[in-house]
Amino acid sequence: MPTPLYSVTTDPLDLAALVGAVTAPPSDAPIDLGVPGAVTSFVGLVRGENAGRRVLRLEYEGYEPLALRAFERIGAETTERWQVRIGLHHRLGTLEIGEASVVIVVASPHRANAFAACRYIIERVKQIAPIWKHEFFVGGDVWIEGATAHPEDEVARQDALKLSCA
Amino acid sequence: MRVTVRLFARLRDIAGAGEFERPVHDGATVRHVWETLVGEFEELRAYDVSISTAVNAEYSQMDAPVADGDEVAFLPPVSGG
Repeated sequence: MPTPLYSVTTDPLDLAALVGAVTAPPSDAPIDLGVPGAVTSFVGLVRGENAGRRVLRLEYEGYEPLALRAFERIGAETTERWQVRIGLHHRLGTLEIGEASVVIVVASPHRANAFAACRYIIERVKQIAPIWKHEFFVGGDVWIEGATAHPEDEVARQDALKLSCA
Repeated sequence: MRVTVRLFARLRDIAGAGEFERPVHDGATVRHVWETLVGEFEELRAYDVSISTAVNAEYSQMDAPVADGDEVAFLPPVSGG
């Protein structure tokens, strides 16, 4: 089965497979980028420490159909701004320390856009993807609560753009 | 009419279930569904200002109307990545 560009899965993430999917666009791709001159990737890993706590593992929960729509929305926002192709996979379920929770791949004719778009995508994932971390640490557990997910919040989107150095 | 409620993360823990049905009156909005839940599970009140909502797996608003059979989801602040 071909690797999808957007995925929410309990399976381990595969960076190489996603690079392959993003850099080998189908012949009917809406924008013909030709052969990309640059590929950037971001891999988020489960840290063994958070806010002074010794983390044992994370359990990720997601609202899968909405998460996929959020990924598609992030993809549309990204390709509207930069001429890039992107792939975005997020893992759910129990993750041990050091395992990859999120993988992002961006292919572009030139490196500047590839770096900027990659940073933008992870910031937007943290803002609007309906996914939650349940942290199990030495001495207890806690649901991590970050941003209120509001896709139309233009202030948040501008923050993500600033961080992407666009 | 009835809607299917979906709750995630800590909201699910508070209610003790992530998916269940609730009756709603004609003309009800997402906010009415939320108030019904807060009436049942007082701890949810703390999320009044920080939840977001989705109807049938599309982001929505608290003042959006709901229809019979809709899936109405309430989302605490997210922490993916």
